[in-house]
Amino acid sequence: MTAPAPVETLDLAARFPGWVTPDSRPGYSGWIVEKDKLLDFARALRDDLGYDYLSSVTGVDYLPEGKMEVVYHAYKTTGGPGVNFKVQVERRDPVEVPSLVSIYPGAEFQEREAWDLLGIKFTGHPDLRRILMWEDFAGHPLRKDWREAYFEEEFKPFKSRWPEGKFQMAEDKARLGDNLSFPAGFDPRKKTDFDPEKALYEALRQYQKTESGLETEHLLVNIGPHHPSTHGVFRVAVVLDGETIVNLKPVMGYLHRNHEKIGERNTFLMNMPYTDRLDYLTSMSNNFGYALAVEKLMGITPPERAEYIRVMMAELTRIANHVWAIGFLLNDLGAYFTPMLYAQEERELILDIFEAVSGSRMMCNYFRFGGVARDLPDGVLEKVRDLAFDRLPRKVDELENLLADNEIIRARGIGQGVLTAEDAIRYSTSGPLLRASGIPYDVRRAEPYSIYDRLEFDVACRPNGDIYDRMMIRFDEIRQSLRIIQQTVKQIPAGPIMAVKPAYQVRVPPGEAYGRVEGPKGELGFYIVSTGKSSPWRYHVRAPSFINLTAFGPMCVGQKIADLVAILGSIDIVLGECDR
Amino acid sequence: MDTNELNVPGYEIPPEVQGQVAITTLDRIYNWGRRASVWPMMFGLACCAIEMICTAASRFDLARFGMEIMRPSPRQSDLMIVSGTVTKKMVPIIVRLYNQMPEPKYVLAMGACASGGGPFKEGYNVVSGIDKFIPVDVYVPGCPPTPQALLNGLMKIQEKITGEHWRNSRWYQKGRDLAEIPIPILGPDLIDPRKVEEYHRRLAESEA
Amino acid sequence: MSEMYGKGILKGLGVTLKRFWDTYWEDAVWLFRQVTRGERRYRSPEGIAHRASKNTRGIFTVQYPEEKLPVPEEFRFVPFLVYEEGPNGEKVMRCTSCGICSRVCPPQCIWIVRTTDPETGRPIPDPAEFYIDIDICMNCGLCAEFCPFDAIKMDHDYELASFGRSVYDKEKLAKPVSYYESIRPLNAARENAARAAKEAARLAASAKPEA
Ligand code: SF4
Ligand code: SF4
Ligand code: SF4
Repeated sequence: MTAPAPVETLDLAARFPGWVTPDSRPGYSGWIVEKDKLLDFARALRDDLGYDYLSSVTGVDYLPEGKMEVVYHAYKTTGGPGVNFKVQVERRDPVEVPSLVSIYPGAEFQEREAWDLLGIKFTGHPDLRRILMWEDFAGHPLRKDWREAYFEEEFKPFKSRWPEGKFQMAEDKARLGDNLSFPAGFDPRKKTDFDPEKALYEALRQYQKTESGLETEHLLVNIGPHHPSTHGVFRVAVVLDGETIVNLKPVMGYLHRNHEKIGERNTFLMNMPYTDRLDYLTSMSNNFGYALAVEKLMGITPPERAEYIRVMMAELTRIANHVWAIGFLLNDLGAYFTPMLYAQEERELILDIFEAVSGSRMMCNYFRFGGVARDLPDGVLEKVRDLAFDRLPRKVDELENLLADNEIIRARGIGQGVLTAEDAIRYSTSGPLLRASGIPYDVRRAEPYSIYDRLEFDVACRPNGDIYDRMMIRFDEIRQSLRIIQQTVKQIPAGPIMAVKPAYQVRVPPGEAYGRVEGPKGELGFYIVSTGKSSPWRYHVRAPSFINLTAFGPMCVGQKIADLVAILGSIDIVLGECDR
Repeated sequence: MDTNELNVPGYEIPPEVQGQVAITTLDRIYNWGRRASVWPMMFGLACCAIEMICTAASRFDLARFGMEIMRPSPRQSDLMIVSGTVTKKMVPIIVRLYNQMPEPKYVLAMGACASGGGPFKEGYNVVSGIDKFIPVDVYVPGCPPTPQALLNGLMKIQEKITGEHWRNSRWYQKGRDLAEIPIPILGPDLIDPRKVEEYHRRLAESEA
Repeated sequence: MSEMYGKGILKGLGVTLKRFWDTYWEDAVWLFRQVTRGERRYRSPEGIAHRASKNTRGIFTVQYPEEKLPVPEEFRFVPFLVYEEGPNGEKVMRCTSCGICSRVCPPQCIWIVRTTDPETGRPIPDPAEFYIDIDICMNCGLCAEFCPFDAIKMDHDYELASFGRSVYDKEKLAKPVSYYESIRPLNAARENAARAAKEAARLAASAKPEA
């Protein structure tokens, strides 16, 4: 059961008269803060009220109202409901909002993203460059008046498909024959020197000089986007002093697939299979987060059996993800493929369950608003039982035996890549990364959703915040997930699996909702604004991989270059989610 | 495919030496050798890459096809498995990697995205299939193709290699097709240097 | 570190040694099974099933293409159109070109041209053209889930690699209902029962006024 709607005891309007007004639009909640007072407000929120964790920052383009809005969600790391506050500005370039990076450093990448995609300029941001697109790209694509080259209609379904659906490739229709659009007056024949790297290298050069006596030449090295240890198309540009990292900038966007733009053309249901492809290792969890957000707006809750199935699947996903993460971390440490193959075996067995239940190994598309797509087929529950009670506990112990005491792993892991508890919170990290730094913050406990408040499990937590702890916490979490699955297998009731009649057009009342779940990589949030139409007006994903990377630079500076891949491996990112 | 097939050179073998010596053609043994040691590049783009890794792992085991040696360097690889969504930001790098591969080289487009754009085709940062930039030998549909589907595609690559003859494979031809593919430029949008004239013409047309 | 250095590595090596041993032990066990019960480890359904069970040990590999991992009933790859075989072997499409599948399809890769009666100009429930761009389709299964006529279903055949880009037309998509029943027996039985019940209810309803 979702917790009863949190009672907002906090009256910010009374506390900050003149600065803050309640957001009174129907379906909305939270507070609207005066732009000039944003910094003071945020500082008071963090220092006096204890909202030390800024979960998500995003922008919304309210084109008809002529407004741009920046939406913030802040929480307390001690748990409990969060506050949601907004800043509204005129939609006239330049759209400027003060940057919160000085108060919540975790906003850094998210503000860059909002600048890149929505063109909101954050004044005072230390490094406001594009983050997902390249620097010379024309336009801010998430603005409502920006159209992609293959634009057909504002919302799906497109009229050209039926009843007169003469097949035609998008290329044949597009103006330039390719997925391209150039700004007016641009001549492609003109030789212009475009340099997508210039701004990056300039930003890299702005690091503090180290206080060593000798004057040394610093070296700039690019790792990725094609590099076997970057877990996909991820790139890091580092400045080295000898072998020591003195500055580092992650470069992403090589897998930016325009999730949010497509999501705002899709109907609500169509987004479900797209969420599978966010973090493609954990599609069930992604489904979960999105379903929760939309169900919040619709005001429905799934029946008991569906809740149990959902939790069971989400926890199986967590195990599959964590064994994968451990295996790949060991690959990065040089234990080439043996632990990976052992881990894969267990993952494959879990994928078999997903395939039997949902039809696909990876892209499950299994959750529906108000339940799940279909009941568990015969024999699946037995399979889950076999794995959860018999095989997996055995195999997790075996994997831990293989790795936990290994001297090389300990030498490379203990005390390396340390992220302190304070930094972990400041940089808005979440998931195993945050908990390995000693903060027992888990959305399943902090703000329980679904049936987690009824299940027994402990929030895994480790004190040191180094690579080794980040590996070991994944073992702890697998064990807790097994405990949860064991309970769900024992308690799962019979009954319906959908609260409403399955339908492809759902009616979603106007309003906003932020649904978040504890995904295997961290807090996965969906911010959705509905205007009552069949498609969301705004569909934003708070991707844990993306935001966890904010802490990547600070963790690496001062370390050796060889530890960089290990640190990256211990964060456990997936580019599909990071770049979206 | 078993080694017996090597012994069918397409020539008459005198009865007295049948079963005594193995006769084959250079083409056959050459292709057989190449087919059984295709080294893919260790190169993953998106979701499909995960299934590619699963294919290489213990359950499906690429080693059975002589393909387990995934080379991170393009200089050592024969096959590029384009496993996932090709974005505009990534395509210059893919083309550069392709240029760096030694011939003979093959490209397998894995999954809907690499083959024809896939579910994200309409996105502003997505390329509608890698075949717009580099020649593709085999297309494997699916989103993602399961490991077995990928293996099926790899067998298609082997099939293609088997049917090749040095006289007509394109890397042994003079001049043709061997020029490096020009690297696309990241301007206000992705500019393919081969097509600038066409873009210009189309722009002029649409403005007129 | 007071303990002996290298103990952890030895412990880990113990695990790998055990797994190495498992492989041969498992071979011996299967040899015994083959002798006593005639069950083979490779290229046999029981062998594959065992390797996909919780008891799998040792070699885990499925030797595709000689053996194939069986796919579960719900498995989905690309969609296909179901047709009924008429008495003279003609293909009667179940599809009525109602367009629901093309409306739910998330990447909008289904294209349908509805047939219209040349005389009255009214639509006929039969698609004139039906295209699915397989290289856009995300195998999500929503079309099959929401087709009210059980006319579009998700296929189990994944061996589709080809030398060109795939766009499937009506001919390529059409598969007989017997094929559908063979790959998804439970689903087909359930749908047939539901359709029969509906038909019976309709008959009963239409019979009533006359009675
Ligand atoms: S084809 Fe599907 S699974 Fe493969 S990369 Fe594209 S979206 Fe991902
Ligand atoms: S396949 Fe089904 S949903 Fe699609 S047009 Fe035909 S009858 Fe309608
Ligand atoms: S499976 Fe999904 S993407 Fe493919 S045709 Fe059906 S609805 Fe469209």
